[in-house]
Formats: sequence, structure tokens, C-alpha cells
Amino acid sequence: MAKRIDVSGLSAFYGTHKAIDDISMTVEPHSVTAFIGPSGCGKSTFLRTLNRMHEVTPGGRVEGKVLLDDENLYGPGVDPVAVRRTVGMVFQRPNPFPTMSIFENVAAGLRLNGGHRRQDLSDIVERSLRGANLWNEVKDRLHKPGSGLSGGQQQRLCIARAIAVEPEVLLMDEPCSALDPISTLAIEDLIGELKERFTIVIVTHNMQQAARVSDRTAFFNLAAVGQPGKLIEIDETDRIFSNPSVQATEDYISGRFG
Amino acid sequence: MSHAIQDQRPVRARRARAGGSLTRGGLPRWAPAATAVLSTLLGCAAGLAFGLQSKVQWGLIAALLFVAATYASSAVVENTRQAKDRVATSVIWVCFLLAVIPLVSLLWTTLSRGMKVLTGHFLTHSMNGVTGFEPGGGVYHALLGTVQQVALATLIAAPIGLLTAVYLVEYGKGRLAKAVTFFVDVMTGIPSIVAGLFILTTWNLMLGFGPSGFAGAMALSILMMPVVVRSTEEMLKLVPNELREAALALGVPKWRMILKVVLPTAVGGISTGLMLAVARIAGETAPIMLLVFGSQLINGNPFEGAQSSLPLYIWEQYKVGSDASYDRAWAAALVLIAFVMILNLVARGIARWKAPKTGR
Repeated sequence: MAKRIDVSGLSAFYGTHKAIDDISMTVEPHSVTAFIGPSGCGKSTFLRTLNRMHEVTPGGRVEGKVLLDDENLYGPGVDPVAVRRTVGMVFQRPNPFPTMSIFENVAAGLRLNGGHRRQDLSDIVERSLRGANLWNEVKDRLHKPGSGLSGGQQQRLCIARAIAVEPEVLLMDEPCSALDPISTLAIEDLIGELKERFTIVIVTHNMQQAARVSDRTAFFNLAAVGQPGKLIEIDETDRIFSNPSVQATEDYISGRFG
Repeated sequence: MSHAIQDQRPVRARRARAGGSLTRGGLPRWAPAATAVLSTLLGCAAGLAFGLQSKVQWGLIAALLFVAATYASSAVVENTRQAKDRVATSVIWVCFLLAVIPLVSLLWTTLSRGMKVLTGHFLTHSMNGVTGFEPGGGVYHALLGTVQQVALATLIAAPIGLLTAVYLVEYGKGRLAKAVTFFVDVMTGIPSIVAGLFILTTWNLMLGFGPSGFAGAMALSILMMPVVVRSTEEMLKLVPNELREAALALGVPKWRMILKVVLPTAVGGISTGLMLAVARIAGETAPIMLLVFGSQLINGNPFEGAQSSLPLYIWEQYKVGSDASYDRAWAAALVLIAFVMILNLVARGIARWKAPKTGR
């Protein structure tokens, strides 16, 4: 479990517009890496290139290499569906499937890929819900609709759904931005536990959150509106927040930006 | 389930002006109803006084009086902003009534005239051996024909329409999708007689088949297809993109995502659209006349020989022009309305049963 991600010379485009330019970085297995930076600097776009979700957007196109333990995600013959099974994703807004119950939501990834027996399925669902710290809250209403849960519970349901397919890497795109502080705390604690099993990459606008949960932090910025976003620096989180090597990073985290 | 914002007007306070600067005078809650009753009475009185023959004129006078009186009373007691608000509300009520009157009158006429001969005998017998002038006979052959033709047309049109809509929303881009959309739009405007003539020239004249329920069903499916495509397309567009992304991010292939996430989420709307399309073709007469030909006998095989259908039956009975045939025509109209209504109820049932669940 948990794989290393090695990105080199990655650029992503929407049609002819270049959204991120020439990004290279390494993400170690069993670590939490946080992406921070102003809106529109391409953090989310970059995150989405790590499991080939970027190309789902019409006009989305990628140049460069993303190595997952030496296997290039953008190599010829690579099946994006297989990539997404290996690299899971949690979105900004909780998005449980509205037609499915809590149980079915967690089982969705397995069931939609077929070939699981009923007993296995309920074991996996329980394990995933426990993994997402949601089991005790929902064990009595597994067959109620997932949309009846609170926002924070829904987001943990989405995390359970993502970890049920046993990915190697978990990408989180601002998972707490729609949640209250208590749910945020629950998810942050969860991230700390999940890193035992997965490699985690998280995009956040909340710098305290980045400081709390991540081992390493990457700062993204863009020269001007309409220009592609760039990776300014990536380093140990402690260093980024105490003694960054680039002036722009310090300006951004101390609020003197722009 | 109402999404309207409940913005109650302040009920008239006892110490209206004496209260704080935020309390204003208000009309009592029964004021609109009283205005309505009063203006209706005045409308009737005016109609009688001026000797107007048409009840429509009475109603229009009453409606105008109602709107005017609402504005005047509210402007005097409340203020002009409230008065405009009340006028908008009352205009909507008047429009609602105007829209409902034809519907109610149609239902009432059909019910009162159709119930006369609508019996078990009527539903289970054909017109075999019954001349148009004598009472008796029934609608069974026409009902059977309608059910079979509509079912066949749905079997042809629904899969094609559904798949077209899925293509347009989930896969289609570039010229092909634009062309498909354009031709669907063109198809929506095809008059039913033209669809009938098209099948007549190809199936019956060029390929040499005789009239049959199936030929009619093909023409009906041409009429049904664009309606299915349009409504399904709109419903699929309503499915949030986030759900598609969530499914894809789980490593689900696109076709499974469409089958297991997108279509189930939209199934309520899709089935409603399908039923509306069915309702539209169930009342078609022109292609049936050309292709199914009409028959007084029971023909249970839609693939061979002439059949009948409810709209065609109504037209035939009306054409005979006797009292007995008029009764039969009205009863058949009632059967047709009931048929469409039952289908609609079934669709609503499916929609409610399958709709995204929200309960806690």
C-alpha cells in the first residue's frame, strides 16, 4: 500500500489555455502533502492531474510525466479507469450518490466494478466506515439514504467510499471548506490516521490546517491573472511556515500577499 | 413540498398607526376572499342589468372588478407597494382560473356524456355486427389496438430516444452532436400526417405490406422519438456533474457510471417525460387512419391486418351522426382520457419510488 508520486515537467491545459506550467515534485509514501496558494493558481488542477480526472473536463489536456512507483500515469496504454482505482479522490463538496443508501454509497466503488460477494461487501463497508470514523454514527441506519446525513458526516461518507476501493493514494480537494470547525477537526484527525495506510495529498485554503495535518507543504502561485500557475516551493511544513526560502511564500503565509 | 418563500403580509394591527414606525395598516386576512365574492356578485349583477347573454362576459367583468377592487382597497388601506403585490397575486389567480375552466369543462362534459354507455359490456365488446345507428357495441377492439400500437411505438422509440439523449449529454461533441440536435429539433415539428405518409410510402407502397398496427406504431414512434430525446436530455443535464466525477474518481468506467449513477438519479424525470410522449401519441389519429385503416372487428395481431384505435374510433362514431354513436364517441373519449391518466399515474408512482431519497 501507499505509493510514491514523482511528477516531472507537468503542464495542464484547458483547451489552449495553460493552467499550470512545468511542475516537478516528489510525494513520499505514507506522508501528507498540503497544497496552498491563492485561488486560481492551479492547485486543484494539479491535484486532478494526479489521477487523470483533469481530462474529464472538456478540453483538458496534460503534458509531462507523473510516475507512481516508476509507472507513468500518462504512458501509452495506461487505462485512466485503473489509475483512478489506484488514486482515490475526495471532493470539495460532499457528493454522496442520492439514489443510494449509506451502505450502497460505500459499496458503490466495489459494486460498480463488479465481482464481490455479499459477505465480503458488508465486511468492507464496515471496515471503511470505521476507517472514516463514521461507523458508530451510522451503523443503525446503514440502509437509510446517504443524503440524510449532516454535511460533515456526508464528507466522511465520501472518504469511506473512496477508501473502500483500497487505493494507494488519496487526493483531497479542499475536503473541509464546506464544513464547520467540529467536522473539520474530525476530518483532520482522520487524515492523521489515514496516512498510516495511504499517501495523502490535500488542497486547502486554510493555512492552519496545512500546518496541522501535513508533513510537507507546497506553495503555488501565479504571476498574474490569465498566466499559468507555478509551483513556487515545496518543503517540510515546519520550514515553509517558519523559514521559507522564497519571499513570495512568506508574503502569502503571513498575509502580506499582493 | 413547496419551495415558495412564505412571506406573510402583516395582519392588521389593532393600534395600526400608533405602534412603532415599523407597523403599518394592513387588510384583514379575509379581504381577498371577500373581494372575490363581492366582485363575482357585482359581475353577475352587471351582466343581468345590461342583459348580457354570454356568461364569459359576466366572468370577465367580475375578473376585472376583482383586480381593480384589490388594487383600490389595498392602495387606500395599505400602500402602493402592497397594492401592486396584491394585484400581481390576484392577476395570477385570475389567470389560473381562466386556465382551469376549459380543463374542468372538458373533463365534466366527457364524464357526464361518456358515463352513459360506459359499462362492462362496452369495454369488452367490439362493433362486430352493430350498425352505427343502433345502440350497443363496444370499444374493446379499439382499446386493444391503441394499447398494442402505443406499446410497440414505445418499444421502438424509447430505447432509441434514450440512447440518443445519453449520447448527446454524455458523449456528444462537435459536428455530429450538433447535427443530431438539429435533426431532433426538426423531427419535433413533423406533422403527424407527414410521419404517416412517410411510412405509407416506404413500408406499404415500396415494400408492399398491407395496413397493420405495426405500421401505425412505426409512424407513432417517429412522432414520439424527438419528445423522448428532448425530455431525457433535459433530465440528464440536471444530474450534477459532481456525481459523475465522484463515480469516475472511484475508478468506475464511464458506461457503468452512466448506467448506475446518472440514469438512476434521473429516472423519475425520464419516466415522466416518457409518459408525456406516450400521452402525445395515444391521441394521434392521422397516421392511424392511413396505416392501420380501422376495423370494426377484434384483431389481436398488430403485425397483420387492419386494427382500430381509440381516436380513430371516436372519429368514426362521430361521423355516423346518430345519438347512439355520439354516446359511444364520448364514452371512448373518456376511455382514452382514463388510459392516458392511468399511464401518468404509473409514471408518477415510478418517479416517486425511484426519486433520490432525502429522508433522514
